[in-house]
Amino acid sequence: MPTSAPLLTADDLTVGYFLAKKAPRPVAQPLRVALWPGELVCLLGPNGAGKSTLLRTLAGLQAPLGGRLDLGGGALASLSAAARARQLSIVLTDRVEVGTLTVRELVSLGRHPHTNWLGRLSAHDEARVQAALAATNTSGFAQRPVGELSDGERQKVLLARAIAQDTPIVLLDEPTAHLDLPNRVALMRLLHGLARQTGKAILLSTHELDLALQAADRVWLLPANGQLRTGTPEDLVLSGAFAAAFAREGLAFDPATGTFALHAPTGPTVQLVGDGAPAFWTRRALEREGLVPTTSPAALRVTVAPAGGQWTSQAPGGPAEQHATVEDLLRALRLIIKNQLPS
Amino acid sequence: MSTPLLVMPSPGPDLAAGRPRRAWLLALVGLVAVVFVLDIALGPVRIPLRAVVSILGGEVADSPAWAFIVRQIRLPKALTALTVGSGLAVSGLQMQTLFRNPLVGPSALGLTAGAGLGVAVVMLASGNAVGGWAIRALGVGGSWGLVLAATAGAALVMALVLALSARVRDNVVLLIVGLMIASITGAVVSLWQYFSAPEQIQEYLLWTFGSVGGVGGSHLAVLATVVGGGLLVAFASAKPLNALLLGENYARSMGLAVGRSRTLIIGSTSLLAGAITAFCGPIGFVGIAVPHLTRGLLRTTDHRLLLPGTCLVGAALTLGCDCLAQLPGSQTPLPLSVVTSLLGAPVVLWVVLRRPNVRSLFS
Repeated sequence: MPTSAPLLTADDLTVGYFLAKKAPRPVAQPLRVALWPGELVCLLGPNGAGKSTLLRTLAGLQAPLGGRLDLGGGALASLSAAARARQLSIVLTDRVEVGTLTVRELVSLGRHPHTNWLGRLSAHDEARVQAALAATNTSGFAQRPVGELSDGERQKVLLARAIAQDTPIVLLDEPTAHLDLPNRVALMRLLHGLARQTGKAILLSTHELDLALQAADRVWLLPANGQLRTGTPEDLVLSGAFAAAFAREGLAFDPATGTFALHAPTGPTVQLVGDGAPAFWTRRALEREGLVPTTSPAALRVTVAPAGGQWTSQAPGGPAEQHATVEDLLRALRLIIKNQLPS
Repeated sequence: MSTPLLVMPSPGPDLAAGRPRRAWLLALVGLVAVVFVLDIALGPVRIPLRAVVSILGGEVADSPAWAFIVRQIRLPKALTALTVGSGLAVSGLQMQTLFRNPLVGPSALGLTAGAGLGVAVVMLASGNAVGGWAIRALGVGGSWGLVLAATAGAALVMALVLALSARVRDNVVLLIVGLMIASITGAVVSLWQYFSAPEQIQEYLLWTFGSVGGVGGSHLAVLATVVGGGLLVAFASAKPLNALLLGENYARSMGLAVGRSRTLIIGSTSLLAGAITAFCGPIGFVGIAVPHLTRGLLRTTDHRLLLPGTCLVGAALTLGCDCLAQLPGSQTPLPLSVVTSLLGAPVVLWVVLRRPNVRSLFS
């Protein structure tokens, strides 16, 4: 994927805080990362692993404890605040209460590093604001006060402000946090498209593992032990790094489905015959019941009709029974397990 | 305060709302001019409006007494009210945006308390009635001694706050520091009062009422210069103030040198509030209320409009209140800061409660 020079590189970078009496408290191991143009990168990791600290350090909002951080060909620390603001913009989790400011005025604030001391917008600035509104699908409510927006709209407007800042790098700290599922999907799709179309490097931290695995060109995985791993989402899943990062007691990541298993198996193995969506959803139902669905032969056997709408269950040595719904199927299975397979 | 002022024309759908707001600023300029002339016309001695206008226009007046009263007493007083109103309002706006807190005003950083301490030191420690005589005869700003004492007190607190602001990174912590400094300073004054004679306390109380009378000639020149300088710095800080609307982190990410901007803002507020309190005593309410009133009127949080707007509304409100302080027809006008609170607060209540989104009016 990297076709040109990285926009940002970190070498041996240690992030963390200075406690009272200037004692450094690192929150992650020294790390080595780079951001390339046109890439959507998701920073994943459990709570408290240091995702926000890493983002804030990359954004220059807090100083690194050690190591080297280069932005646009020079050391980040040597850049003036204004020069940095022309390289890198950020969407924070900070609450924004700007009351009567309209969407357009808020987005125009993104032009701050490009305007004169009065903050007067030139025709070029206006054009960039317009482009940012268009790119984030927020032109429709540009004149509305920010206080009247929904959470989803507000998040898009804050993104528009960062886009208007016109920087090669955009960082977002948990932009999906307060959004409902459709809005989360829409935002991820928007970010992915922006990275592709504008050539910006977009780095976001998120807890949306499903979405991140689907949308990210690259994942930065920061487990609780602070050892950052990077790679395409698929490589990280297949190598087991992903499962290890989120390993908890009784919680397992299933590389076969890309999801976390919600239900621990307690019952017997069931042979599941069938494919397509009906088989997928039948499998989910069986797992919820505590059964262990498998494709290899087992004493208990469930068959799903290819078109759906019909299920067959067969107990060891028993007759095959027909069911019209998953609900009926589960009821029959419960009966079989209760009568014939006492644990 | 005429009623039509508070009825906002609804902006057109695709209009970049700037035009009606600029019209508002022009209307406010007109209002300030009207109240300014009215303030000069009103007073214990009745002078016809036409005579006032012609005297202000530099024509030879029908009555030399009128000319003297207008030029030597009422014009300086109105100019002082204008200066005080715009200065206090702008410094209040700066504090509210800097601290992102709707309840703070020019006194947030303890400057007013500092000026009070300076005055208390002179009045209560001198042990004679010089201060009280000066206030009664010349007004709060009439005596250089009191002005210098108040300036010294305010400057002391300002130096302390600026020194601390360089060390304190967090604005909330800085606000608490300012409130504590105000509290300590106030306690020292109270302690002093506790051990002072009743007559001395009464004289000090006279100072705390505040007044725009008696600031004339060289006093007014000094006050206007300092406030003018403070206002210039404030107007130059419109862009940093706008960036600070989103909070310090966003401001920093947009390239704002937050520390330098903060010093600039605190410096200009100190000049404004310090000088005004030194010359006129503590005048409450204007600094806290006018920014809210202006946001409600102009329906904007953009400081490029808010700063001039606040300036004009502050001047109009203070001049209007000074008019009302004369109205009872008595020889003694009411204390200005009592009138500003008594009559200004209901106006602000009305404006704030009429808006459906009161909460989001504040940044």
